Amino acid sequence: MTATAAPEASATTSSTVERLEAVWAEPPGLGSWLGTVDHKRIGLRYFYTGMAFFVAGGIESLLIRTQLAGPDLDVLGPEAFNQLFSMHGITMMFLFAMPVLSGFGNYFVPLMIGARDMAFPRLNAFGYWVLLAAGFFLYSSFLVGRAPNDGWFNYVPLSGEAFTPAINIDYYAVGLIFLGISSTGGAINFIVTILKLRAPGMIVNRIPIFVWGELAMQLQILFALPALTLASVLLLLDRKFDFNFFDADAGGDPLLWQHLFWVFGHPEVYIVALPGFGIASAIIPTWVRRPIVGYTYIVIGELSVALIGFGVWVHHMFAVGLPNITLSFISLASFMVAIPSAIQVFAWLATLVAGRPVLRTPLLFVLGFIFIFVIGGVTGVMFAAIPFDQAVHDSYFVVAHLHYVLVGSAVFPIFAALYHWGPKMTGRLLDERWGKVSFWLMFVGFNLAFFPQHLLGLFGMPRRIYTYDRDLGWGGYNMASTIGAFILAVGILVTIVNWFHSRTRGAPAGNDPWRGETLEWYASSPPAHYNFVTIPTVRGREPMWDQPELADGVQSPEDGGRPLTGGHATLSTSMLDARPQAIVHMPHASVWPFLLTLGLLVLAFAVLLDNWALSVAAVVASVGGLIGWYWPRGQTQET
Amino acid sequence: MTATTATHDALLGETGIPGELLPQRYDGPRAFGWWGMVWLIGTEATLFALLIASYFYLRFRNGPVWPPDGIATPDLALPLIMTAILWSSSIPVHMAHTGIRAGNVTRLKVGLAVGFVLGATFLVMTLGVEWPEKLDEFGPTTNAYGSLFFTLTGFHGAHVLAGLMLSLWTQVRAWQGAFDESRHLTVQNFTMYWHFVDIVWAFVLATIYLTPHL
Repeated sequence: MTATAAPEASATTSSTVERLEAVWAEPPGLGSWLGTVDHKRIGLRYFYTGMAFFVAGGIESLLIRTQLAGPDLDVLGPEAFNQLFSMHGITMMFLFAMPVLSGFGNYFVPLMIGARDMAFPRLNAFGYWVLLAAGFFLYSSFLVGRAPNDGWFNYVPLSGEAFTPAINIDYYAVGLIFLGISSTGGAINFIVTILKLRAPGMIVNRIPIFVWGELAMQLQILFALPALTLASVLLLLDRKFDFNFFDADAGGDPLLWQHLFWVFGHPEVYIVALPGFGIASAIIPTWVRRPIVGYTYIVIGELSVALIGFGVWVHHMFAVGLPNITLSFISLASFMVAIPSAIQVFAWLATLVAGRPVLRTPLLFVLGFIFIFVIGGVTGVMFAAIPFDQAVHDSYFVVAHLHYVLVGSAVFPIFAALYHWGPKMTGRLLDERWGKVSFWLMFVGFNLAFFPQHLLGLFGMPRRIYTYDRDLGWGGYNMASTIGAFILAVGILVTIVNWFHSRTRGAPAGNDPWRGETLEWYASSPPAHYNFVTIPTVRGREPMWDQPELADGVQSPEDGGRPLTGGHATLSTSMLDARPQAIVHMPHASVWPFLLTLGLLVLAFAVLLDNWALSVAAVVASVGGLIGWYWPRGQTQET
Repeated sequence: MTATTATHDALLGETGIPGELLPQRYDGPRAFGWWGMVWLIGTEATLFALLIASYFYLRFRNGPVWPPDGIATPDLALPLIMTAILWSSSIPVHMAHTGIRAGNVTRLKVGLAVGFVLGATFLVMTLGVEWPEKLDEFGPTTNAYGSLFFTLTGFHGAHVLAGLMLSLWTQVRAWQGAFDESRHLTVQNFTMYWHFVDIVWAFVLATIYLTPHL
């Protein structure tokens, strides 16, 4: 670019910005607040809501650990203990990990692929409102003292009408069906976004690995969640209308619940883990200053884990007495899952060794993740061996294993992401010193909390008991575990305080504080309503490193940047080679997704309370909500 | 907004790269909505597959006699007539779709209406003839077989009902003049959904009505 051309170019840019601003800005006010379809606002809401549930689930776990700190304590009664550990599991799985990981995806997938929004902006808003409503619904159970109390996997016959006649389990089943609407809509939205909205030139083997991780996660949600929904529907039919799916006396079978639940439940573990893998693969290159090693192998690894994850559900049922031939197949598949997982770990390690690591907070959290996840993976391989599994089944060894896997692969990457991408979301850097303090507190606290639980499991301590006898000698290890849990909580609190302090008072971040390699650093911090002044053309896997013209935030039309100022529009590109195909006009803000959610919330409570007249009214109102949503109002709509 | 509307009404739009024009009306795999329907059908098909798997799981856990407890093997005459009616509904729906692709709004309206009548007939026969007959013999609370019978057929019926409502919606939009040869994604998506509901019936029919005869 010559000196004389520069003012002209910037004049073009400012007129482009003006036109984009006019079309994309959402005016302040209640209508806009309830009706927003901006993926960044929605992503932040997912993130904050998920983190609020993280705090709630954390408080539940601290109550549990306090009760278990010593033998024969009486902090909680058995019923309160059952409700708290059940809600802890449900919260951490469904209301923390999935929303926060989807929230990061919501915020960053369109930015990373160079799109102006998600494929279905109103569905996106709807997904958030349903999450909020379903979370409210599930937590309202505490107000009447009837929270789900049979664990997050809710086995029948314990959860059947005969043994849990109160509405605790109805809360569980209705709540999870309701929440499933949000996850399913979100999954479709993510998949279509990733397949169809990528910037020109972002061919399949240039997709950022974080985006691959989200794709693998959402594909799993789409094909695994129906099993949970179906199981919950059948359970409600049994409980409310005396159907016989799980009633052995009438030809039903309690094991059907276990099969259906784990057909969902095992992929659920990977649903929570895969985006974490993606976060690690996205963060490491920036902090070691070189491209990821083995891109193709990592991507194939992620997708293989997603696929094999559907074939291992029975390894949660090794102790129920199934035929040996079934167990052998599942055992084999469970061993196999270790291979694609290990490929990814080795690729990260190779990248770390080949590059020059900068040991700041995001990378520390990633290293913590790798350390913890590998320990969880090793105990996972131990479980694939059937005799070992049967020996420690339902003991604290399992509790230790699942926390190493899930806290390792979800919580630590989420915190890494928070320090890495927080500046993009708030425009301010987080405090580095407190970040490191937070990491070390969390790392030490976590290991102190959960490593002793392996030993407790080997000593024979069963999971889900509310207290234990002094003579068993488990007190010391449990006390260590409780102390660790509180240290972990303090570490988390440090980051929360750091976040809220830094988001207004931190140092300004600028567009690209870490010299990142993917397109989110091409946008301003925080990004404009329209994300990019020009939708970039991508020519490599690390566009920000390979294409110097992206550095000033506006790729000019001569370099392939498309301003696309003719309306509220984004580009549709072909699925494999990302050639521009069409200009797609996106829907505007609408309060109907919110109103529809209110209709469904009424429906959920009506079903919970067996009020069938109100249920019918709520269904009619929800259909009305859908009509209102799609009713043409002179604005752009796909017809 | 006038400038925006003017561009929007044109078939081609400018991307801002000098000389580059891209279509702003499209159907099939270029449209996000088309893919949305594809994946929705994917997750719905999974739900049906799991329900059918549950049927066979409980059947084979039940022992050699199926249906159990003296319930008669289902009679095939009525279900096969219903099948013929339901499957024949795919033809007018298909013609409605090809009609609008050629710009023929009348064929769209008529095709949708005929498809609606056939689908509604199927649903009325399920609820008004088939179910009452079965309920004389057994109900959903009788045993696991009864639960499976009514849940699986009811679940499919609910999908037919959803399809009928989509058909009505598409009809309303057709009368509003929303569709022509270049804008008809709603028709396309409805057609896809309707064919899906018809195809799934093949599996429901085979599971509920045919396999007990084996």
